[in-house]
Amino acid sequence: MDKLKKDIFKVAGKTLNSRLIVGTGKYKNFLETAKAVKASGADMVTVAVRRVNILDKKKPILTDYINPKKITFLPNTAGCFNSDDALRTLRLAREMGGWKLVKLEVLGDKKTLYPNMIETIKSTKILTKEGFKVMVYCTDDPLLAKKLEDNGASAIMPLASPIGSGLGIQNKVNISLIIKQSKVPVIVDAGIGTASDATIAMELGCDGVLINSAIANAKKPILMAKAFKDAVISGRSSFLAGRMNKNYFASASSPIRGLI
Amino acid sequence: MAKIQLNGKKVVIKPKYSIFDLLKKYKLSNKKVAIEHNGIIIPKVNYKKKLLKNNDKVEVVTFIGGG
Repeated sequence: MDKLKKDIFKVAGKTLNSRLIVGTGKYKNFLETAKAVKASGADMVTVAVRRVNILDKKKPILTDYINPKKITFLPNTAGCFNSDDALRTLRLAREMGGWKLVKLEVLGDKKTLYPNMIETIKSTKILTKEGFKVMVYCTDDPLLAKKLEDNGASAIMPLASPIGSGLGIQNKVNISLIIKQSKVPVIVDAGIGTASDATIAMELGCDGVLINSAIANAKKPILMAKAFKDAVISGRSSFLAGRMNKNYFASASSPIRGLI
Repeated sequence: MAKIQLNGKKVVIKPKYSIFDLLKKYKLSNKKVAIEHNGIIIPKVNYKKKLLKNNDKVEVVTFIGGG
């Protein structure tokens, strides 16, 4: 228990209570979003930057439901397919909220939403120079992940599988390699399908996980948010506890001595 | 009168209209938004100073749900 108490999760100098970060997209409405965020226990949420609907003055906006003073907003660049668009979006986000902590994602392909790592590395470099703290969505290639860290990334966020696919972690070995080499937090982003996938990520030693579709697209999103909260806590405890060794043969749980 | 493009839509405004006036008109003064004026981000402190002219392009963005 003592060890857990001291198990602090910090990203770019910011301490978070939860290792679960949740996205706020794809929900039925803002009320459901707010309820799911609450049930997840997350104190950081990703948000997108888009045009205000000027035709409907009364239409509620996200900040009417989730208070950025209580929950850290992590602006993302979802939908950006080149460095210029991503930079533009994050500069606007910084002006809007005054936050320097952002999530960068530069996509390369519409079908797979696979990240364009050349543009991603380029953007990370520029943003870091401008004083941003950049959490970076990336492929699970350890060499490229290292390059991101060398260029100032505050967190490495490799995909488990394509965004919104729900396929879970497809390459545990690569994720493990990235965890072993990284000095900044590693957060699995994208592709997690269900709570046990998040537990696996945490057991591998990830510092956190970022979930959106798996909660929002569940039949009962609020219950699933709670499931993810528990799954991440469990996975982290399991990682800290250190699993037993795997053996090919059985090892009886009950002692032989005193057998009648 | 001046014609501007606001979030991609043509809008007619009065002369000497500032960004501050524009936000007030659309009830966005108290909302968390950021403004881009002809491709340049305008800091909040300059909203009153920045006057709009014919053919200006204004983008008003906010945070929405996203992953």
